[in-house]
Amino acid sequence: MIRINDLNRRWKEFTLMDIDLHVNEGEYFVILGPSGAGKTLLLEVIAGFHSPDSGEIFFGRKNITDLPPEKRNVAFVYQNYSLFPHLNVLKNIEFGMRMKGTKDRARIEKIAEYLNISHLLHRNTYTLSGGEKQRIAIARSLVTEPDVMLLDEPLSALDPRAQDTGRKILKKIHTDSRLTVIHVTHDQTEARVMADRIAVMMNGRIVQVDTPEKLFNRPIDDKIAHFLGVENVLKGTVTANDDGVTLIEVDGTIIEAISDYAVGDVVYACLRPENVTLSKMRIKTSARNIFEGEIIESEILGALVRVKMDCGFILNAFVTRQSAEELEVKTGSHFIASFKTTAVHVVL
Amino acid sequence: MKKIPSRERLKKAVKADPLMVSFSFLALLLLLFVFLTLSYMIIVQVTSDFPGLIAATKNESVIKSINLSMYAGLLATVASFLVGVPAAYILARKEFFGKHVVESVLDIPVVVPHTVAGIALLTIFGSRGLLGGPLESYIQFRDALPGIVIAMLFVSAPFLTNSAREGFQNIDPRIENAARSLGAPLWKTFLLITLPIASRHLLIGSIMCWARAISEFGAVVMIAYYPMVGPTLIYERFISYGLSESRPIAVLLILVTLTIFIAVRLLSAGWRIYDTD
Repeated sequence: MIRINDLNRRWKEFTLMDIDLHVNEGEYFVILGPSGAGKTLLLEVIAGFHSPDSGEIFFGRKNITDLPPEKRNVAFVYQNYSLFPHLNVLKNIEFGMRMKGTKDRARIEKIAEYLNISHLLHRNTYTLSGGEKQRIAIARSLVTEPDVMLLDEPLSALDPRAQDTGRKILKKIHTDSRLTVIHVTHDQTEARVMADRIAVMMNGRIVQVDTPEKLFNRPIDDKIAHFLGVENVLKGTVTANDDGVTLIEVDGTIIEAISDYAVGDVVYACLRPENVTLSKMRIKTSARNIFEGEIIESEILGALVRVKMDCGFILNAFVTRQSAEELEVKTGSHFIASFKTTAVHVVL
Repeated sequence: MKKIPSRERLKKAVKADPLMVSFSFLALLLLLFVFLTLSYMIIVQVTSDFPGLIAATKNESVIKSINLSMYAGLLATVASFLVGVPAAYILARKEFFGKHVVESVLDIPVVVPHTVAGIALLTIFGSRGLLGGPLESYIQFRDALPGIVIAMLFVSAPFLTNSAREGFQNIDPRIENAARSLGAPLWKTFLLITLPIASRHLLIGSIMCWARAISEFGAVVMIAYYPMVGPTLIYERFISYGLSESRPIAVLLILVTLTIFIAVRLLSAGWRIYDTD
């Protein structure tokens, strides 16, 4: 669907170098990278706000490299949503239709209902919450029936609860419409949870493109591993939920967490490595998740040591350098890893 | 429960700062200087020579000159808008080689002595000037309305340009990008999104520009002594007959212009300011 060939662009302190990218029709494609990597610039080049210094961009078979943004039929949703402050919600949503001469009140109402913003149509934009603004920005794009949806850090400006809602809405839109989506983020959990495929971008270059599973299990070099290798994101299925206490099966192992997801939901259990405790033997602890495993990798990161364990699933943990020495942490040795149910953050 | 500080305590906290106290005092001096000077002139005129003021309102040449000031000022403002707003947009959005030079050149009229501006304008637009000469059979600048407008335009355009530019700079370019990806070409984006969002800056810039145009004397008098604008008439009456003959016109001019400025500001007070957040 979208093909980028050998694209280069310098702008202010940002650079895009030798970008080659292929995004399939209907794919949810995430560009993941640290801030300053040039992700937004790449998105803006795809949208046509910047023209590349060299290289080509194709939508399908059409070369759109020199097409102005208004002719690309691309929806762009910015992190701050960029609603038009002088227009009310309805006029914001109508704007694209007016420009394209396809004004259709029924479609607006349908999409407003779909995104649960029908009650906001006559409000002014400055009275809205972040989540509402986001849904309006999405509605404003969707009514124009774009070929591609470009999302620039769409969830970053939201509080955690609104992020959950935002994630669900984006997934729902993608499932229902099969739109091609390119989503830029610096948040690896978000990338992992949302993406069909992820492109990692560092210092203006695409360094790896893979499915989330492959990428997180086999980053092709240590820089990528370093950037990715922090949080544990474990995909599993809810097998029981007793008043919030949730059992999640991950690769045959049961993890206990707190969530309100129902039995059968496929979820991601997220766990920060600093919340994992390592010990030689089973100790008395209030932690309900206790697993035995073999250390398959350890790496010194300043005052901390990152330990990668195989407990039936791959678990990353941080220990201080001092305790790593005292515990004699090394590859091949066996340890007990434990963490509390409350340390596990479950997302859908 | 947290205790809400009482009003007295809040007041004390503000009072405690000597810097703010002394600054407030100095600000008060400035305020009094401006306000008393103008209001005292009006008060003296009204109390000591009210018939003189009434007579001025009935004097044909006074009315003519004030009307001319406002009309020519309006034309100069429209002209400033047409050339100043595009310049402001380019300066707000684009980086290019020599931008600082362009900015400085556009600001020069603010610092040039106005009689100097008048001489320079005469050299171009006078009857033997660079443009005035060849154009003489079509349009006359010397001692005519076009000359007055040109002189006003020269000195007042920077006020509108700078205000418009500030307005445009306050608009996040991403808002314009969003409009473009929704199908609006750049010119529609400018007309439907950028201009309305900057409208308050444009209005304030226009008022400043108009006020500056009406108040211009030096440059106007060099290129067009006749037909007389308000300030020229005041000057002529002052030189020929003194304070008592010129002050009623001054009071009248300031009352008329103040009324209009206040009216415009009141009318626009309901506008929301979009371009500041």
